[in-house]
Amino acid sequence: MTEKSLELKHPYERFLRKERMPHIWCEGCGNGIILNCFVRALDELNIDLNNVVVVSGIGCIGRISGYTNTDSFHTTHGRPIAFATGVKLAKPKLKVVVISGDGDLFAIGGNHFIHAARRNVDITVICANNFIYGMTGGQYGPTTPLEAWTTTTPYGNIEHAFNLVHLAAASGAVYVSRWTALHVRRLKESIKKALQKEGFSFIEAVSQCPEIYGRYNKMKTAISMMKWFKEASEVRNFSDPAKAEISPDKIIVGEFVDIEKPSYGRLLREMKAKLKTKQK
Amino acid sequence: MKIELESKAVLSGQHFLNGDVACAEGALAVGCRFFAGYPITPATEIAERMARRLPQVDGVYMQMEDEIGSIAAVLGASYAGVKSMTATSGPGFSLMLENIGLAIMTETPCVVVNIMRGGPSTGQPTMPGQQDVMQARWGSHGDYEIIALAPSSVQEMFDLTIEAFNLSETYRVPTFVLADEIVGHMWERVNIPSAKAIQVVNRKKPENPPSEYAPFKPDEDLVPPMASFGEGYRFHATGLTHDENGRPRTDSAEVQQRLVQRLCEKIRRNADKIVKVERILLEDAEVAVVAYGIASRAALSAVRKARAQGIKAGLLRLVTVWPFPDKQIEKIAQKVKALVVPEMNYGQIVREVRRVAKETPVVFMSKLGEEPHKPAEILDALRRL
Ligand SMILES: Cc1ncc(C[n+]2csc(CCOP(=O)(O)OP(=O)(O)O)c2C)c(N)n1
Ligand code: SF4
Ligand SMILES: [Mg+2]
Repeated sequence: MTEKSLELKHPYERFLRKERMPHIWCEGCGNGIILNCFVRALDELNIDLNNVVVVSGIGCIGRISGYTNTDSFHTTHGRPIAFATGVKLAKPKLKVVVISGDGDLFAIGGNHFIHAARRNVDITVICANNFIYGMTGGQYGPTTPLEAWTTTTPYGNIEHAFNLVHLAAASGAVYVSRWTALHVRRLKESIKKALQKEGFSFIEAVSQCPEIYGRYNKMKTAISMMKWFKEASEVRNFSDPAKAEISPDKIIVGEFVDIEKPSYGRLLREMKAKLKTKQK
Repeated sequence: MKIELESKAVLSGQHFLNGDVACAEGALAVGCRFFAGYPITPATEIAERMARRLPQVDGVYMQMEDEIGSIAAVLGASYAGVKSMTATSGPGFSLMLENIGLAIMTETPCVVVNIMRGGPSTGQPTMPGQQDVMQARWGSHGDYEIIALAPSSVQEMFDLTIEAFNLSETYRVPTFVLADEIVGHMWERVNIPSAKAIQVVNRKKPENPPSEYAPFKPDEDLVPPMASFGEGYRFHATGLTHDENGRPRTDSAEVQQRLVQRLCEKIRRNADKIVKVERILLEDAEVAVVAYGIASRAALSAVRKARAQGIKAGLLRLVTVWPFPDKQIEKIAQKVKALVVPEMNYGQIVREVRRVAKETPVVFMSKLGEEPHKPAEILDALRRL
């Protein structure tokens, strides 16, 4: 055997920017699992990496766009969906994927989310929902459960949380699912489905932030957080997303929406085609 | 017949248009194929024209949910390789500023048109103003340089929008067209040249293969060649301080120093190439007006009248507002007894003029609200110098 063939190569090496490693995420963070599922989905779909654009916002998960070996852009906080909309409409051949956090997509960027879903812009949005603003050290956000402890809810959270899958469905997304970082196979399959779907697809990946959320809420380790995911999760495919709760004893996961509806890009193309025949 | 004519990107010929429409036509003529915006008086007519015209030339008109989304989409389209723009007025411009900073940091070519109205806040939506010129220069956080042009006629709305795209593509910097409500809404004759006669500049593309491409490694002119998404370069861009490979470097003072310096110097060092002014009757002038946009029209008339009365007056009209025409103003300030600066604000560009004019006295004439300066008022100021 030559020396070369002994060299160990990670099977997913070509999907990652090796020179950016080590990543910034804490030990046990769910973000790595989400990256892993995303990369496997790309691999299994055999998508040409030259046609993939990963867009993220600001936050721990936001660093993901720096790690994928695709064209990628790290926008300002809250704006990845709007940026991605510009990319997709300007160059429709691209597969445009937004991967960002609960704060980024649903607090500061919430408006862009509902409108992109309403327009049915042909992009895939994956939200790493860790129930907290990880990057800034653990403040509560729009998905923080009632009564949870964070650095800015020192007496327990008194705000109601968004139900992201319900919001996505109501806003018009054509594909909606929720899995946790424990459901790696189903999360990966879901990402594959979303990537192949025409229109606005949304996946909520419930993710553990043991470093902050876990520490403040009696789940100090990744294991204890994933235990929660394991014990509380219940798969209820195509059940009413309005009832898909996330609570200490129940996390409803599954696919909630999978419908057909013409995407913004298709309607735009059809409108332009009509205009052309009129002009002739 | 009409549709066929309109379907062309360059509507060569004589037209009677308003400033907003001329701006849209300039953008189309230079190759803009993506517009994202949110309606706002007095810039709405640009969006309306683009909504009608862009689909005719296989472009995209996108009405976003707000101005933050608009500028973000413009940046996305530009990185996808398409010349892109947005148009707004004060309140919308304020919302765009964070992502204008992102455009500066990621060196995204794009054009932002601000048809200025009266501020602050919602102010006077249908009234003219020149109150956002300092905001355009300094409104986003951090140190940077941008380019801003100030049209004073409908023809210039067409011409300078073309120029704005060309500068933006050349220097990879967001470029502003700072017009005011009057210039945006007034109707004048516009000559649209043939497509061949229009100078079109496109961003530099990388010549090396993807494996050797460093997305933020500049050439000698300090501007890095720009690949687009989907061309196989697979590069990363971020609003974080980054090295030449686009890699975030949030802890290196050296990288921060080098990047901020280059972002500023690529404009400063090329200021002579960028800056345009119009010099009228300045050779033998003893007094001069420095003006831009709508105020320069009354100034011109005042200078002519002053001449007729034997006063040796001249006009320096700023076509480029940023980078500031330091040299051009300095030269005149050294020659004349005094300068007059009329602006439709409470004193903005006059600060820069005073900085450059040093000992030469500078008289400021503020105007706020509906009416622009009257030639007689400026003439009066010239006579009293
Ligand atoms: C305009 C703006 N406001 C605030 C911040 C500070 N900030 C950075 S990341 C972040 C929250 C990120 O939370 P999330 O999107 O949930 O991502 P996570 O870090 O949890 O992965 C905030 C508030 C910012 N960068 N920009
Ligand atoms: S703070 Fe939380 S979300 Fe951020 S990297 Fe650490 S574990 Fe992950
Ligand atoms: Mg979060």
